[in-house]
Amino acid sequence: MVEINGRAARVIVTVGLLAGLLTGMIAGPARAIAIQRVVSPGGIEAWLVEDHKIPVLALELVFLGGAAMDPADKAGLAQLTASLLDEGAGPYDSQEFQRRLDDRGISLGFDAGQDYFSGSLRTLADTQGEAFDLLRLALTAPRFEAADVTRERNAMLASIKRDLNNPQSEARRRFYAAEFPDHPYGREVGGTLDSLPRITAEDLRAEVAGRLTKDRLMIAVCGDITPDRLAAALDHSFGALAAQGSPDDVAPVVPRDPGGTLVVSRPTAQSIIMVGQRGVLRADPDWFAALIVNHVLGGGGFGARLMQEIRVKRGLTYGIYSALAPYAQAGLIVAGGATVNDKAGEVLSLIKAEWQRMAEHGVTDEELADAKTYLTGSLPLQFTSTSAIARIILQVRRDKLGIDYLDRRNALIDAVTKDDVARTAGRLLDLDRLTAVVVGQPAGLTPAVPTEGAAPTEGTAPPANVPPPPRGPS
Amino acid sequence: MSAAIVDSGARRRRLLSGAGFGVSLLVAALAATAAGAAPAGVYFPETFTLANGLQVVVVTNRRVPVVTQMVWYKVGAADDPTGHSGIAHFLEHLMFKGTDTLAPGEFSRTIAKNGGQDNAFTSWDYTSYVQTVARDRLELVMRMEADRMANLRLTDAVVYPERDVVLEERRQRVENRPGDRFGEQLNATVFVHHPYGIPILGWKHEIEALTREDAERFYRTWYVPNNAVLVVAGDVDAAELRPLAEKYYGVIPARPVPERQRTREPELTAERRVVLRDAEVRQPQFRREYLAPSYHRGATEYAYALQVLSQIMSGGATSRLHRRLVVERKLATAVWLGYSPSSFDLATVSLGASPAPGVEMPALETALDDEIAALLAEGVSDEEVATAKRRMLAEAAFARDSLSGPAYAFGTAIAIGRSPEDVEAWPQRIDAVSRDQVNAAARHVLSRGDAVTGLLLPAQSGRGS
Repeated sequence: MVEINGRAARVIVTVGLLAGLLTGMIAGPARAIAIQRVVSPGGIEAWLVEDHKIPVLALELVFLGGAAMDPADKAGLAQLTASLLDEGAGPYDSQEFQRRLDDRGISLGFDAGQDYFSGSLRTLADTQGEAFDLLRLALTAPRFEAADVTRERNAMLASIKRDLNNPQSEARRRFYAAEFPDHPYGREVGGTLDSLPRITAEDLRAEVAGRLTKDRLMIAVCGDITPDRLAAALDHSFGALAAQGSPDDVAPVVPRDPGGTLVVSRPTAQSIIMVGQRGVLRADPDWFAALIVNHVLGGGGFGARLMQEIRVKRGLTYGIYSALAPYAQAGLIVAGGATVNDKAGEVLSLIKAEWQRMAEHGVTDEELADAKTYLTGSLPLQFTSTSAIARIILQVRRDKLGIDYLDRRNALIDAVTKDDVARTAGRLLDLDRLTAVVVGQPAGLTPAVPTEGAAPTEGTAPPANVPPPPRGPS
Repeated sequence: MSAAIVDSGARRRRLLSGAGFGVSLLVAALAATAAGAAPAGVYFPETFTLANGLQVVVVTNRRVPVVTQMVWYKVGAADDPTGHSGIAHFLEHLMFKGTDTLAPGEFSRTIAKNGGQDNAFTSWDYTSYVQTVARDRLELVMRMEADRMANLRLTDAVVYPERDVVLEERRQRVENRPGDRFGEQLNATVFVHHPYGIPILGWKHEIEALTREDAERFYRTWYVPNNAVLVVAGDVDAAELRPLAEKYYGVIPARPVPERQRTREPELTAERRVVLRDAEVRQPQFRREYLAPSYHRGATEYAYALQVLSQIMSGGATSRLHRRLVVERKLATAVWLGYSPSSFDLATVSLGASPAPGVEMPALETALDDEIAALLAEGVSDEEVATAKRRMLAEAAFARDSLSGPAYAFGTAIAIGRSPEDVEAWPQRIDAVSRDQVNAAARHVLSRGDAVTGLLLPAQSGRGS
């Protein structure tokens, strides 16, 4: 599948995949991953899946609040901070810090999405002492030396420039700008060519002091460690963080849904289509019904309606998908794909027809049953590694689903009725609000009069089962 | 269903760190420690061969009640008949279009209904089909995969819309972005005679002419049990798997398979340059490709030393090229010397970099030339070799922390003519690489006179931004 470049794109894809993933947990495997709550003497809490089969240990963490909290003129601050935490800390300069990680095979990295500042640590059991110590230094004593800041900033600038000729990124940028014209969700997580140079070392230090604090911290751990050892490690790594940070000032927002179709002319072989409109938050009582709507519409791979109608029956695209994007303060349902320019109008019409059909009629009994067996049966497939398990547990905690969620999840999905799905589809899907962006040289479209702005995101989110690229000569 | 496209984009250095572009990671060792000796195994597979020639590899992993089944055919895009490029990949798409007993699309639909996931991919040397399912659905996917090994049934009604899908796939992967077109053009120049120079997806005008009969002929020729490898990883062992393999795959008769007809590259004596200028390009890129031995072709004795060389040069933030060009001289935002030995015929060593803001491409190229010259003149140090090997073995220790990783490792290896023992011996063979071997390997590859240099540039100036 095609790699989607750009950091903001990763947000959408990640959200989509995880949404699908958490839908699929089944009772059997859930029992296989019993979660323990570990609270350190210093009061730091982590959820632990203890597993001593392999001498590997993974820790995943988030601090609530992410790039959406960046000052408007300094977009990219959270991501630049994330990229610098492991570039020199405490007594070690950047090269020495990286050497210590590499020599022990320790992976440590940080990232920021719109809603969360995240970190990942993976180590062999016998190097965990060093790993927890390097984690402590990265969080509490990053150096932010000028040369390192310049280097990491330049890498982000290069990434933005590469993204500028990516029509899928263009579609995503335009869509989010149209849906969130007055909200940070309308900005790029990685900032812009203008905003990144404005960020100073002082900004980076303030970011760490104000945001990487205990009151925002959530931790999940999987692997070869006992609760007692973990408790001690938690105090060592996180004990020195400030108790409280600056307030979270990201406001709830309803996507604007300006409707209409925005055409962005680019010299590409295909037209990239992205459509979407307001969706549901994760806490919405109709979450699982919405998940089934999405699965049948375009989230379920080859069996989904959009793929059947547009790829399988007509050969008009390589891939077309839909996804729920539940941000902390807003929800979206989006869909998209790419087609040869001549067929752009036809494909957009077909998407709209499926949108309308789902809104009016919901799903069939067979579609509902198939969606449920997939969504309940596929969860254990996601437990592919120590890190993957830690990520899943952390998401359960982050979304406040309850420590027993994995045991309850199947029943929640099975309880969704055809009427629930129809009601939710009717509530969510509305052609008058559907907002479209088409990037390319599309034919067959009503010349876009962007009423206010335009449309969607990354159209072609790859399906969940993307294989790693096979190897060969390059 | 995706084709294998070897990534050609500039990557951030973290993606490059680790043991030799990740391939080595897949074949790396559990028990190695930063300080310890290399262990005598990695995945500890069980293997057997059915009477009809189907090779079977089982890697047990009982962490969750899930299994991954992969069937690998030892045929890929480099085996496409001349003038019919893309047929191996097109057939991969068509393998989902029905059998005597399964309707078009029913294969994937059935797996999804059972909570499973499936996919397939094509490379130059192999074509692979993969499903991941709950353990109690293994028999179902084995029955269906064996069925389509023998009983594919195609009709024009499903074949020709799918050909349009492949053309859309080509537009999406290659034609929309200048960086992707650049990669394809560069690759076509590196290999002037060997089919590795032809895109896996095929050239557009040849895809447009592919027929149902082409696909059926290719299927009949190559898709037989004696040309396939079954790899199953997860919550199963050989004793449990063997009866199922016999029942479903064992009944498919063997047929003679032709030798793979692969041309050899001629002697070339000229340097070549590929320059793609496009108004859409905002971030230029430098590439240089050197032909290199693989595990299976050329001076194969260098295949392990070249992995160590790649680690020394660009394995992470403290590697030579990153330290020199990104950290110290500030000429690049990313730089890499990539090498994957896993091909049936020759491989390449890929040098590449993204210029830092304000750095002109000629300055970056000169700096890279200087680094290569210094490497050839002075060689690497004992300490660099020791550090690289230690890191590769340390990273390797995570190999078993993966469900499908082992399936990919064994499938790839066997499809290019290697053995499970080769995979298991990776840590020991890396550990045995000497400084002299690294230096000899570097000279063997990097002093060649026929390298291809590629520049991706903005339309106007031809300079780094």
